Amino acid sequence: MEASKKAAAKSAPLATNGSNGSRQLLGVTVDPQEIKQKALMDLNAIKQPTKTEVYKSIFRVKHDQTARSRTLGVLSNVFLHLHPARVNRDAVRFSFTWGMGGISFYLFWVLTWTGVLLMFYYHPTKVQAFRDILYLEHDVPFGKLLRNMHRWAAHAMVLTVQLHMFRVFLTGSYKKPRQFNWSVGVILLVLTLLLSFTGYLLPDDQLGFWAVTVGTNMARATPMLGHEGPFGPQFGMTPFNDVRFALLGGSIVDANALLRAYIWHCIAIPGFAATFMIVHFWRVRKDGGISGPNRIMLESEIKPLRR
Amino acid sequence: MDWHQLWTIISLPDNIPIVGMIFIIPFFTWFGLRQGFANDRLLEKLEGDPKLARAHHRKTQPFQKGWARELPVWPYLLRMEFLAVVIVTFILMVWSITLDAPLEEPANPSLTMNPSKAPWYFLGLQEMLVYFDPWIAGVVMPTLIIIGLIVIPYIDENPLGNGYYTYKQRKFAIWTFIFGFIILWCSMIVIGTLIRGPGWMWFWPGMTWDHNRLIFEINRDLHEIIGITSQPWIGIFGGLVVGGFVTVAGYACHRLIVATEFTRRILGRMSLLQYAILQALLIIMLALPVKILARLLFRIKYVWVTPWFNV
Repeated sequence: MEASKKAAAKSAPLATNGSNGSRQLLGVTVDPQEIKQKALMDLNAIKQPTKTEVYKSIFRVKHDQTARSRTLGVLSNVFLHLHPARVNRDAVRFSFTWGMGGISFYLFWVLTWTGVLLMFYYHPTKVQAFRDILYLEHDVPFGKLLRNMHRWAAHAMVLTVQLHMFRVFLTGSYKKPRQFNWSVGVILLVLTLLLSFTGYLLPDDQLGFWAVTVGTNMARATPMLGHEGPFGPQFGMTPFNDVRFALLGGSIVDANALLRAYIWHCIAIPGFAATFMIVHFWRVRKDGGISGPNRIMLESEIKPLRR
Repeated sequence: MDWHQLWTIISLPDNIPIVGMIFIIPFFTWFGLRQGFANDRLLEKLEGDPKLARAHHRKTQPFQKGWARELPVWPYLLRMEFLAVVIVTFILMVWSITLDAPLEEPANPSLTMNPSKAPWYFLGLQEMLVYFDPWIAGVVMPTLIIIGLIVIPYIDENPLGNGYYTYKQRKFAIWTFIFGFIILWCSMIVIGTLIRGPGWMWFWPGMTWDHNRLIFEINRDLHEIIGITSQPWIGIFGGLVVGGFVTVAGYACHRLIVATEFTRRILGRMSLLQYAILQALLIIMLALPVKILARLLFRIKYVWVTPWFNV
């Protein structure tokens, strides 16, 4: 009863107070002029959103052309801080890098997103896999575009990764101090090929089935670990315990192989690839950034080797 | 000339990367080497003029006093990256709208595809199956390719050409890579895709892919040609032939390694282990084209037959 009486007192009619139209509202003096001022301030914020506290809390750096802002703009952004603040002026040219490493990374990004969307419509089982592809192609809105883009981006990525390696070789960028990063890059190349290969089986059609059959048949010839390889039988290898069996989860390409390909393709290899990519990008920065275009060195300037 | 057949293979959506590769790889080879040659000309100029060499900014790209050597990443690099992303997305969109990803009949283990081909980037390895047993073509060779690539920085003791295109300062390295990458890897992918038809038989571009075609080819082992008929002599003979190849190829590679004063200087910087690994990889790489020629020209199947493995 006490509480309801207090509430009733609070909602009592406003008392007029003073001549300038200001009123007492819940114990606060309300001045129409002041409210107008505040409304104008909010309107001004719409005109100049960069001045608002919300904007400043998200983007900590001013968007102007001073060197400080440009540097901080890159360094204080979680997505951009992969970059250094400044680069070699000639490295910005397309002709030196061909942009292939960056394009490979972007294609990996495209493949991740299209792949996740495809996973919504796909079951890795012998009963449903092929039907899911038909469903994607004929019923899912933009399903065909999605699948096409996933496949062509994969093809493109295999090409761009090879071209990236070709460029890095031609510019001698694997030389000291970047030796280790080249090796990480080779592993990423292998992972790219494996990613593409494991994806080949997933539609469960003739093309993928026979491609994977041809591919994994080679595994039975592994020396010592395959039942048809040199010294395989001497090591006790049969079609039911060799390395091919481990890859396929069986002696033929069947339901288990489909499930294994799916898990390798969607979880394991992307995980490895992402991990190695983190190392790769990190080392690009830690090894002194992009390798060039460097100042050319004369033969007479070779320093004697210290061991 | 079966133009329809040619068009069928070339226009297959899955073969777009290979057809693209025929243009893209030569273009980028030219694009890279052209910058290398430009640097080489500058090198020659600077080598002949030590005074200029001290003062020069040492790049073919223009530079003037007062220019910053480094640019802010924002906006100069990021706008290029953004542009690249837009262009790649556009190409990908057009490609995905115009060409459909292939989908064959449902998988059927009792109906073999002919030709049944691996994905295009593995067709070089599949093509190698013609010349080597699966344990070499499918397991040993891919492993060696990966190991060989990984060790490149650790066996290349040439300190020149670090971070700039050059041909003159890295002739040996560049020829080795172009030989391995373009002449072996890329061209075997092209052969595997465009030339190999039903039954993995050789069809020149424009020949009809005849599923009933028969080739009466008798492939013989080298020892049969020589007339050795019983083990262990077959094995011993094959071992000698392979050993002979290793000796000859190793000697030829060594002659290349010591060909000029500069390459001898680089050899002087290499340790024995580095030299041994380099030689082993070069010899195995050379074995591939030698076996290809032996098979295609002389129809030799194996050169080394033992009870456990054949080479």
